[in-house]
Amino acid sequence: MSRGAAKIVGLAALGVVACAVPFVASSFHVFQLTQIVVYAIALLGLNLLTGFNGQISLGHGAFYAIGAYTTAILLDKVGFPYWATVPIAGALCFGVGFLFGLPALRLEGPYLALATFALAVTTPQLLKVNALERWTGGVQGLLVEKPGSPIGGVLDADQWLYFLSLGVAFGLYLVAWNLLRGRTGRALMAIRDHPIAAATMGIDTALYKSLTFGVSACYTGVAGALGALLAGFVSPDSFTILLSIHFIVGVVVGGIASIGGMLFGAAFVTLVPNLADRISQAAPWAIYGAVLIAFMILMPTGAAGFARAVARRLFRGGNQPI
Amino acid sequence: MARTATFVALVALLAGVASAKDTPGVTATEIKIGQTMPYSGPASAYGVIGKGEAAYFKMINESGGINGRKINLISVDDGYSPPKTVEQARKLVESEGVAFMFQTLGTAPNTAIQKYLQQKQVPQLFVATGADKFGDPKGNPWTMGWQPSYRIESRIYGRYVLKEKPDAKICVLYQNDDFGKDYLIGLKEALGDKYATMVVKEASYEVTDPTIDSQVVSLQGSGCTALITAATPKFAAQTIRKVFDIGWKPLHFMSNVSISVAAVLQPAGVDKSVGIITGIYLKDPNDPAFKDDPGMNEWRAFMKKYMPDADTNDANYVYAYGVATTLVQVLKQCGNDLSRENIMKQAANLQGLKLSVAIPGTEIRTSPSDYRPFSQMQLARFNGKSFERFGPVLSGD
Repeated sequence: MSRGAAKIVGLAALGVVACAVPFVASSFHVFQLTQIVVYAIALLGLNLLTGFNGQISLGHGAFYAIGAYTTAILLDKVGFPYWATVPIAGALCFGVGFLFGLPALRLEGPYLALATFALAVTTPQLLKVNALERWTGGVQGLLVEKPGSPIGGVLDADQWLYFLSLGVAFGLYLVAWNLLRGRTGRALMAIRDHPIAAATMGIDTALYKSLTFGVSACYTGVAGALGALLAGFVSPDSFTILLSIHFIVGVVVGGIASIGGMLFGAAFVTLVPNLADRISQAAPWAIYGAVLIAFMILMPTGAAGFARAVARRLFRGGNQPI
Repeated sequence: MARTATFVALVALLAGVASAKDTPGVTATEIKIGQTMPYSGPASAYGVIGKGEAAYFKMINESGGINGRKINLISVDDGYSPPKTVEQARKLVESEGVAFMFQTLGTAPNTAIQKYLQQKQVPQLFVATGADKFGDPKGNPWTMGWQPSYRIESRIYGRYVLKEKPDAKICVLYQNDDFGKDYLIGLKEALGDKYATMVVKEASYEVTDPTIDSQVVSLQGSGCTALITAATPKFAAQTIRKVFDIGWKPLHFMSNVSISVAAVLQPAGVDKSVGIITGIYLKDPNDPAFKDDPGMNEWRAFMKKYMPDADTNDANYVYAYGVATTLVQVLKQCGNDLSRENIMKQAANLQGLKLSVAIPGTEIRTSPSDYRPFSQMQLARFNGKSFERFGPVLSGD
């Protein structure tokens, strides 16, 4: 079996498993899986920016928050149907991300990281601002009506939300994959690897960078919207700087510049804190840190890099020139 | 629509039948209960409450448990992040199969899981927050608070001023959020019609403000003689210092949240803190008046045996002891009917429970229409070393 065929079989198997799991797992596990899928969408968005375009963002928790609040406000205050709020959240985040990307163009590497860090620390406080309290609910936050299943006899509410998130994730993966394998993807990576050469070749680096920021924010905003539906509640405490850090950790653990590894990264940031808490309640973050270090020593290029290395070994004969 | 409704009704019916028969987490030898605690994150200082409670249940279990059942507290970390609390609460209810939730900590985390627990009809007992909204038997019959709410505390201050200093001009400095606003509501309830004439100024601050200096100065300028400060520790310390520095000497009531000697009064300056008044409901482990108190000796013996390495100056352990005692009383009252309905019914049927760690004269009372177990406090004044209690126990009901 060639590598390509193995990949297709592997993906098909993953798809079958993903669709079968909610019918055998408990509803809590379905909920937890949905959380992982939602985080995977956010990580995918961040990875477009960081992995493929070389712009580091420590502030994607802010876009996640904007997406979540957009859904919460539209549902609670305006009365939109829940499904309509998700694309609106994505569109709004695209706009905000694009606009934030414009001034951020002047900033590179660690300077951009700091600017986005500022975004992440500001957002929870902005959500508490008095003038906006009528909409955001201030410190108290907003309750979000959990969507019921339109096919109640077949799927319960948890399963429905799982398939909805899975469907959105699948769609967004396809879009990202399509975007990255062609001209646009090459342009993004050229800007990452050598911005001057990229500009010389006629790539409008400013436009591409801002657009990437927008698309990245859009993905994360969609994830935030789904996350709000899932948690049933948004509040400033839900979107602290730690969320942004989790996203970066997820991207690195899953594999920078890999779109397949994000599912793994999302599982890592969702499950490892629980594991750490089981081991020690005195210092859960020390355990988390130790696991993270062990992980990075074992798989320095993330889960995706590890998987690629394994695949290379397994299929060495078929693929390499003799 | 009709189909969905039938489905929901069917599920509810099934759930009802199931819970009447046997409660999840309850066997002949065990009662499994769940809890989320901030063992990590911004509120991790409160994590000791969960540890104190686990230790208390260990003591109960070693002496045979309750009606032969041991208490198995599964306490998990939520890092004070509401989405994590939702995840953990669902895990506890659906995967671990706990009978009920006990002492989940924090206003936002509890808000996040309240609706879910109501829908599942899982008791959310004795939530660890002073927000008044958790004592609402009509709206949320499965949720109950424990400590005197901010609103009750504020009512007590208002009534005291009304009775003892009817000529006082009152002003309020409050944090501009639910916590601070609960104090305004309580004060309005206590003063009634007189609010408009007695309260000369309200000033608020944002948690993001660097200082509250200008608010304090403007409050002094209003001619106020009785200041009620509803502030969290950092701002409380700033307020105490500023009030002293500008030579203002109002009757100063300080929120019970911010009376730690180590965290508030020492940073503000203990000499500047003399005269601060607050309402207390639990015995202070550092108060020399309780050095030979039988109730506190009981607590000290417990700490020595079950938490030998813990800091016995930390009042959170006293709190944990008090809440855990209350829960044990509820479970004793339940007898062998440990259905979720009966657990809630007995929690709402506490008839004057006296806690060994609570201020003498206070007692816990609940009823189907009163979901605020603790609603009494005694005022205490800081004398430069510790808080000295004075006057009778006051009720905020």
